[in-house]
Parts: sequence; structure tokens; C-alpha cells
Amino acid sequence: MIRSLLALLHRDLRLAFRHGAETLLGAIFFALALALFPLGVGASADILARIGAGVIWVLALFAVLLTLERLYQSDYEDGSLELMVLAPVPLELLVFGKCLAHWLTSGLLLVVMSPLLALLMSLPAEAYWVLPAALLLGTPTLTLIGSIGAALLVGSRRGSALTALLVLPLYIPVLIFGVSAVDGYLLGLGGGAQLTILGAMLLFALALAPPATAAALRVALE
Amino acid sequence: MSLFEARGLACRRAGRLVFDQLEFALEPGDGLILRGPNGSGKSSLLRLLAGLLRPSAGELRWAGGAFRADDPEHRARLHFVGHLDAGKANLTVRENLAFLAGLLGFAELREAALERFDLVALAELPVRYLSAGQKRRLALARLELAPRPLWLLDEPAVGLDATNRLHLEGLIADHRAAGGLCIVATHGDVSLPDALVLDFGGAAA
Repeated sequence: MIRSLLALLHRDLRLAFRHGAETLLGAIFFALALALFPLGVGASADILARIGAGVIWVLALFAVLLTLERLYQSDYEDGSLELMVLAPVPLELLVFGKCLAHWLTSGLLLVVMSPLLALLMSLPAEAYWVLPAALLLGTPTLTLIGSIGAALLVGSRRGSALTALLVLPLYIPVLIFGVSAVDGYLLGLGGGAQLTILGAMLLFALALAPPATAAALRVALE
Repeated sequence: MSLFEARGLACRRAGRLVFDQLEFALEPGDGLILRGPNGSGKSSLLRLLAGLLRPSAGELRWAGGAFRADDPEHRARLHFVGHLDAGKANLTVRENLAFLAGLLGFAELREAALERFDLVALAELPVRYLSAGQKRRLALARLELAPRPLWLLDEPAVGLDATNRLHLEGLIADHRAAGGLCIVATHGDVSLPDALVLDFGGAAA
């Protein structure tokens, strides 16, 4: 069972590596869009610092959204999805593998880049660890929730636009607690509670998203 | 008691009855050919037997015991080769097969899988450079990856040249000689000696 999971993870990471440009799309968008903010709202450090956490989180949502389409669509089109459904292991486990591979090649990049972006937005020094910590807890949740949306719309035309409509409202709680965790620390109020809630949301998504995604994928193949 | 039996199977898709009251009983080593015009339900039956579709009525029995087609135990005893070849364009032939072997739970890829359809020379080539027939051979090579008693093949010879069609027929004959079952939807380009025939007729209403 673990072997099947590892085989899938290995394949997806290798594919992500071969499609380098496509894989980095989210991360490049993240950095590029953020670089526009100092140009758009002016380079005044206190304005940037006040909106920084919110802007970084909103862009992280969009960056993950951008890469969601590749999660199941190509497997659906070339028939690999049929093989996964017919594999002698629970589909839920394979869905978990797909999400893990997706997060390693999208969310994790955002986490790693975030201290640099905090610097770009003139955030105070605490942000260099709070922001990555909050993103580390929040981005896997974004991938898992997005996986349900991507699976529901697999095979439909205009899937990616609809996925955004379907998934963005579900991202709101992550956004709220993610931003308030960072702001809490920056204002000296402490954001430990918010980080805990982000962690709880991740656990909840880990339990709920694989079975929901698997059910949606089975329906898509009928 | 037959090894694999279907009783009173019916399939409904998009509100339309594709077939009903479908019955067959297969003994070890049997072949079953599904024949009929396009849209008569051959692929639907194969997908139903693989557990990708749910029957609207009827039951399936393996060695006498009734089971649901989406039962994990059933998945572990079948190979399904559908219309899609399931090759990843940016992975080589070997990488694709190694992934499938891993997915089926094997640590190593058996070289026999590459040899049966002459894929050895193509092994290090990315799938995007393969022709339709070569991709088909890659899809069929998965039959060699793991021994499974039940093979469900949907027009397996599409795009194959004469030599590889013979390889396929040889592979099916070996499988049946070893007691395996093979259910094939075909328009007559694969021959299975002494196979039962299920005719879907022209009843595609």
C-alpha cells in the first residue's frame, strides 16, 4: 500500500520537475504580483507593513488556485485516473499522495519564499518566522480544499474558472486566521491561538478532503 | 459453479437503458468476445465489470460468491485496458511502466513486460514521441506487470500492426492456458479460439 503511494508521489514529483515552468507558475505569479504592490500603493514603509500580511495571504490563495487545475485534469484526460481508481489500494490514499505532491511543488515554495516577500513589504522582523509558520499550516489546507473542487470539476470545460468560484469561498476561513495570526504577532497581541486554529483546520481538511475527493473522482469516471 | 458469472445485469446511462437481462458464466480459461455496433454497450459492460460503473440491476459472482464490482478485492484480480492508453507524455516508456508496477504494489519492473510488445528499444524514449500503435503497446504491456485472473480489454488491437496483434493473441492464449479469464470487446481484429460470444446485436435504441 505504501509502495503504491510512493510510486505515485515519485511520478508526480518527477513530472513536476520535467514541467518546470508550469510548476513554478504559482510561485512566479506570487513574487511578481507582490512586487507590483509597492509600485501601486507607493513605497511608504508603514502602508506596506500594514497591508503586507493580508496581501501576501491573498496572493498565496491565488497562487495555489492557479496550480490546482493540473491536479487531476491531465490524469483524467490520459486515462491514468482510471488506473488509480482500479489500483488495489484505497483511492483516498492515492488522493492524499496527489495532494502531498501538489503541496510540495506549490505551497512549500510559497513558504520558503515568504520571508523574502515579508522583507519586500517592509514587515517587521517577527514576520520572518510568523509568516512562514502560518503559511506552513495554511497552504496544505488550501491544497486539500482545492483538491475537492478540482475533482468535482474534472472533465468539465472551463474547469479552472469554475474551480476558482467553487473553492475561493471555502478559502476564506484560512485567509482570516492566517492574516490575523501574522497581524497578532506584529501588533504584539500574540497569534498563538490563530496558529492553533490553522492547525486544526489542516487536520480537519486532512480527514475530510481525501474521501470527498475520491468520491468526486469516482463520479467523474462514471 | 462457474468462476465468474453475471446474472440479469442491466446498465442505464443518462436515463437510457443500454442493456438489460445480460447473463454469462465463465469457467477458468474461458474467453468471452463482446460484439456489436458502436454504442451498443460493449464498453459500458467492461467498465461495469471493472467497477467503474454501477449496474442498475443484477449481480456478479466470483467463484460462487456475490460481490459488488467496486469491491477492493475485485480490483485486485483484474486488469482493465480501456480506450485511453494512460501513458504520461513526459515520462519514458520505462518510467511509465515502473510507475504502474509500483502502483500495483511491486518494487521492480519485470523486463518481460517490455519484451512482450518489443518495447525494449523504445524504453528510454518519452511517450510523447511514440506513435498511436506504440502507445497502445505500452498500455497492453501492463498485462504482464502482475498476474491477474481476469482481463477486461476494450478493443485492444486498435492501432496495432500484424506482428503485435499476434503477440497480443499469444499473450491472451497463454493467459487462458494458465486458467485466466479474458473478456474482449472487438470488431473482429483479435481472434480468441473457442471463445464464447456475447452479441449486442443492433439493439442500440
